[in-house]
Amino acid sequence: MVQAFVLVVNRDPAMMQIIWLSLQVSGLAILLAALGGIPLGTWLGMRPAHRVRWPALIIYTFMGLPPVLVGLLVYLLISSQGPFGVLDLLFTPAAMVIAQTMLALPIVAGLTMTAVRGKDREIRDTAVSLGANGRQVALTVIREARVAIVGAVVAGLGRALAEVGAVMMVGGNIEGQTRVMTTAIVLETRRGNFEMAIGLGMVLLALAFLINALLYRLQGVTQD
Amino acid sequence: MLEGVTKTYGTREVLRVDRLSLTGGQVHGVMGPSGAGKSTLLRLLNMLETPTAGRILYRGRDVNRHRPRLELQRRMATVFQKPVLFDGTVYDNVAYGLRVRGVRGPEIRKKVTDTLRAVGLEQLEKERVRTLSGGEAQRVALARALVLEPDVLLLDEPTSNLDPQNVALFEELIRSASSRRGTTVILVTHNVFQARRLADTVVFVHEGRVVEDGPAAGVFRSPRDERTKAFIHGEMIY
Repeated sequence: MVQAFVLVVNRDPAMMQIIWLSLQVSGLAILLAALGGIPLGTWLGMRPAHRVRWPALIIYTFMGLPPVLVGLLVYLLISSQGPFGVLDLLFTPAAMVIAQTMLALPIVAGLTMTAVRGKDREIRDTAVSLGANGRQVALTVIREARVAIVGAVVAGLGRALAEVGAVMMVGGNIEGQTRVMTTAIVLETRRGNFEMAIGLGMVLLALAFLINALLYRLQGVTQD
Repeated sequence: MLEGVTKTYGTREVLRVDRLSLTGGQVHGVMGPSGAGKSTLLRLLNMLETPTAGRILYRGRDVNRHRPRLELQRRMATVFQKPVLFDGTVYDNVAYGLRVRGVRGPEIRKKVTDTLRAVGLEQLEKERVRTLSGGEAQRVALARALVLEPDVLLLDEPTSNLDPQNVALFEELIRSASSRRGTTVILVTHNVFQARRLADTVVFVHEGRVVEDGPAAGVFRSPRDERTKAFIHGEMIY
């Protein structure tokens, strides 16, 4: 435990490389998931529930999708025999970004949809009655539901950062190239190198704490 | 003008208006007991809902066929019974409708400041709306509508939760909008006394039907329909 702490404090280069790649991959994945998921969730949330029953059901199902299934799907799509094999993405950080985006997007979209639906009717009526067009109404609803939407993005980021199965399958856990915190923890534990595994676990926990503290502060600022 | 308008939710018809004319520049009091269909009528007029059948004509044009729809919507403004204010300051809320219309710079500041002064809230301009009392919040909602200088001002029981002082101020502002600017005011209320004080014409709605309409003085003096008479005399249980 002490050795793990020393590794973190001394900013062990191998550990830092893994942390940096994790942040890059998950950061890009959540950015893409937010860019797709927030408009999709807003669009669905602003429509009558009975009209979007099927898309909503699909999103809810995908929110609980097993990561290994996403890993398998992405693997099949980008392997040399797959339809996107020509892009040569297998065992690259890009493949990991795709897998994490697929895992995070339904969470962002689903929770955004719920947040917007909770705010929509009165806010939408008021904005429309004041002359807002469709885009302005949507932006107003997003603005009013922003705390919950930020929560959706954070939940998506949590899913991406904590994910191990899919990135292992499509990234390959290659040292210096596609090894991220979760896959490294699995590997180092198997090797019996518990210092590194615990050190990375501590960083992962610290990141989760920081993200939630940020969200908590944001909610406090908005609701005070 | 409404012609053969019906509104149905599922299999339930909540409103049927064979013919109703609302003259421009007047205050029209839409009265009736709770659940009569008054608010549905208002939501049809401000285009938040579309009729299941029939036509709503504004200056001879069918509002639900008119394109761009936004052009007509921007001639109207609505104040709802419960003021829904957007997160932000009083100023931001009153400026909202102007901003979405692309008004910028000194013009927006002048209009917002003038309107806040008119509703007696100029000192609260920078306050966050969540700190306001119910009466102040409703006055912000009214200011947000008045600042747009709408042709048609729709009010859905806007004073039902206000104290007498705020009610008097509200009524004065409504009168002023109508008399000075020629704004057509459609005031939904189940308060007979308020309708007497403000309305030029009265539309009485009961169980989804317009059972009587006409000049307010005439309707209040000698209502033709027994239901209107019972309502005016406070004999209708609702």
